[in-house]
Amino acid sequence: MAVVARAGGDGGGSSSEVQWCFLQVKGAIDEDVAEADIISTVEFNYTGDLLATGDKGGRVVIFQREQETKSRPLSRGEYNVYSTFQSHEPEFDYLKSLEIEEKINKIRWLPQQNAAHFLLSTNDKTIKLWKISERDKRAEGYNLKDEDGRLREPFRVTELRVPTLKPMDLMVEASPRRTFANAHTYHINSISVNSDYATYLSADDLRINLWHLEVTNRSFNIVDIKPANMEELTEVITAAEFHPHHCNVFVYSSSKGTIRLCDMRSAALCDQHSKFFEEPEDPSSRSFFSEIISSISDVKFSHSGRYMMTRDYLSVKVWDINMENRPVETYQVHEYLRSKLCSLYENDCIFDKFECCWNGSDSTIMTGSYNNFFRTFERNMPRDTTLEASRESSKPRAILKPRKVCTTGKRKKDEITVDSLDFNKKILHTAWHPMENIIAVAATNNLYLFQEKVN
Amino acid sequence: MFLGMMLTSYRIEKQNCLVLHLLSLPDILLPCACQVVLSLLLHGLLLRSMGEEEGLHQTPFLDTMFVRGLKRKCFDGEEDIEGTLAGIKAIPSYNLQRQSLLDMSLVKLQLCHMLVEPNLCRSVLIANTVRQIQEEMTQDGTWQMINTQSTGQASLDRLVSTDILCRSSRDQAEGKHVPAYGTFNKDFENDQAQDSSDTMSTASAVQAPRNLQSSVWEMENPQENKGNFQKSLDQIFETLENKSPNSVEDLFSEVDNSYYDLDTMLTGMMSNTKMGHCDSLETFSSSTNTASNSNCKSDLNDLDHIVEILVES
Repeated sequence: MAVVARAGGDGGGSSSEVQWCFLQVKGAIDEDVAEADIISTVEFNYTGDLLATGDKGGRVVIFQREQETKSRPLSRGEYNVYSTFQSHEPEFDYLKSLEIEEKINKIRWLPQQNAAHFLLSTNDKTIKLWKISERDKRAEGYNLKDEDGRLREPFRVTELRVPTLKPMDLMVEASPRRTFANAHTYHINSISVNSDYATYLSADDLRINLWHLEVTNRSFNIVDIKPANMEELTEVITAAEFHPHHCNVFVYSSSKGTIRLCDMRSAALCDQHSKFFEEPEDPSSRSFFSEIISSISDVKFSHSGRYMMTRDYLSVKVWDINMENRPVETYQVHEYLRSKLCSLYENDCIFDKFECCWNGSDSTIMTGSYNNFFRTFERNMPRDTTLEASRESSKPRAILKPRKVCTTGKRKKDEITVDSLDFNKKILHTAWHPMENIIAVAATNNLYLFQEKVN
Repeated sequence: MFLGMMLTSYRIEKQNCLVLHLLSLPDILLPCACQVVLSLLLHGLLLRSMGEEEGLHQTPFLDTMFVRGLKRKCFDGEEDIEGTLAGIKAIPSYNLQRQSLLDMSLVKLQLCHMLVEPNLCRSVLIANTVRQIQEEMTQDGTWQMINTQSTGQASLDRLVSTDILCRSSRDQAEGKHVPAYGTFNKDFENDQAQDSSDTMSTASAVQAPRNLQSSVWEMENPQENKGNFQKSLDQIFETLENKSPNSVEDLFSEVDNSYYDLDTMLTGMMSNTKMGHCDSLETFSSSTNTASNSNCKSDLNDLDHIVEILVES
C-alpha cells in the first residue's frame, strides 16, 4: 500500500487544497509540431524516480529524478533525460497491404528486482520488454585484445594479467530482451503487469491474451469477444487491467460503457464475467450520441484495489468493485461539451480517448480535457480544479492558477468561453507520482511536470 | 486537381434541401473527397438555415437537437434557442438533421485510409449510430422510398439529383415537416476491369454503401427496405471480412482532423495542400497495386469531361 509523503505541505492537513506549481516542461517550443513527436503515453515507475514517455514516432524517453545534493539544492525533484531509445519501428503488413504504426500505445514498468530497470512497451501489434541498465565501469587490461578492441596475436602475449575495473562516464543502455509478437489481429490498446510479476496481459479490440514474461512464442487467450459473424460486431474492448493485489482478477471495459471483472480461476477462457458493471442509462439525456460518449476510454484500479475508475467522454466514474449496479462517484469533466456533441462528432473529437489516474493515496483523481486543460477531483471534499498546461505559466515554481470555462452567457474576466476552446490541444495522457504530489501531463509534444507547492 | 464533387442545393417550397453529388472517384481521392463532402454537407445545411458562423458553434442548433434526443418536438427546441441565434430563417427539422447525421456517419464509414489500418472502435461506434438512426427512422415510418433511377451500373452521364419531398396529409395537418432528404448519391465507374483482389474488394466494399444509398430510393415496403438497409450495412462488414481477417477496418479509417479546415477547402486550397497527401498515396498504391492506379488515371480524365457536362449553377 502506497504511503503518501506530503512534500512539505501544510502541516500534513489533508483538508487544505493542493496548490500546484510549475516544475519543468520537456519538448520543443516550435509551433510546428512534428507528428512523430506527439506523446502517446506517460508512466511513472513504482518508485517514481523514473518517468517514461512514448511518442508516435516509436521512441521511448525516460526521465530520472535528480537526487537532492548539497551543491544544487534547488534542482531536487527535477527530471532529466536518462535514456532515449527507439522502441518500435514502422512495419508493413504485406498480406493486408497496410502499415503498422510505430506509435507507442502503452508503457508499463515492471517492479525493480535488480540493478536494471525493465519496462514493457507496445505498439498496435507487438509488445517488447526493454532492459535499461547503467554502466559506469569498464574492464581494462584484457589479455587477448587491445584497449581499442582489436584482437591481439596470441604469440604477442608475453605475460598474463587480470583485467581491472575502471570507472567511466555513466552510460545508460536500453536493450530489447523479449519481443512478444504475432498474437494480436487487432490493435493493442492496453497492457497490464500482473501482481505476480511474472505474467502480464495484452488487450486488443476483441481479445485479451495472457503472457509469461519469459515466454515469447506462446500466449494464452483469456477473453475473446469476436462474434462468429463480423456483421454482428457491436462492441469492442477498450481497456483492460489486472487487479493490483489479486493476481487472478482483471477487468476490461467496452465501447458500450460496461466493465467486466473476470476471475482466471473460474475458467481458462474468461468470456463469462464474474462481475458486470453498468450504470443504467438516464432516459432523459438519451441522444444519438449516447453510446459514443458512454464508451470507456480508460479503466484504472485504485492503489488499494478496492475501487476502480473509468473515463468516458464527458465524465469520470469511481466504482466500488463490490457494487455493480452503479458507480459510487461521478465527476463531470467538461459537461459544457454535451451541447456540442454533433460538432465534436463531425470533427472526430468525440472519439478522443482520455486517460485518468489516481494519486498515491487514492484521494484524488486526475484526467485531461481540451485547450490543454486538465482536471483534478478530490474525492473527500469533494473539490475539483481545472488547470492549464501552457507555456505562459511555465515560470519556475510559478503557481498554477485555476481556470474556469464559462458556461453561461456572461463571461467573467479570465474565463474562457466554450467556443474559444482549442480542440486540437488535448490532454489525453497524465500520470501521477506513486507517492508524492508530482504530476506529469502530456500536451501534444510537450511534457509538463507540476509539483505541489512547497512552503 | 479536380476533386470531382458538386454541391447543389435546391429550395423547394419552404424546404431547404442539400444534395450532394459525388462523382465516381478513384479510391485514392476518396479520403479527400469524402472529408470535403462531410464538412460541406453539414456546413451547407446550416448556412442555408441560420446564417454563416465559423468554428465549433457552426452547429449549435444541430447539437441542441441531437442532444435533446426528442422526437417530434423540434418546435419546442426551436423556441428555446431561437433567441440565442440571430437571423434564423428556416430551422431544419429534426428529421432533416437526423438525416444529415446519417449521411455524415455513412461518409465517415466509407473513408478508406489507404495506408494504416483504421480504428475498429470508432468504426463500430459509427456503425451503431447508423443502425440506431435507421431503426428510429423505420419506426417513425419516415423511411421514404422513391423510384430508383439506376441500381445497376451507374454511368457518369446519368447523374441524378434526387430531392425527396414527402408530405403526408397527416403530417401537414399537424404542421410537422417531413424530411426533405439530403442524401448523396455515390456513383462510380465499374467499367474498368479490376484484376487484383484488392481493388475488387475495395470496389465491392464501396459498392455496398452505394447499395445502401440505393435502397433509400427503392419503392418497396418499409420492412423490405429495412432488410435492404440492414443487408447493405452487413454487406460492408461481410465484404471486408472476406477480404482479410480484420478487413472491417479497411472500410473505416481515422479521419485526419486537418481535413476539416473548412476555410481551406472552400477556397480551393485543399486541392493544393491535401493533394500532397493524395499524391503520396498515389505513388504508394502504384507500387502495390498497378491496376487501381491505372483506374485512377483514366477516371480523372473522365472526371474532367463529365464535370464540364454536368456543372449547374
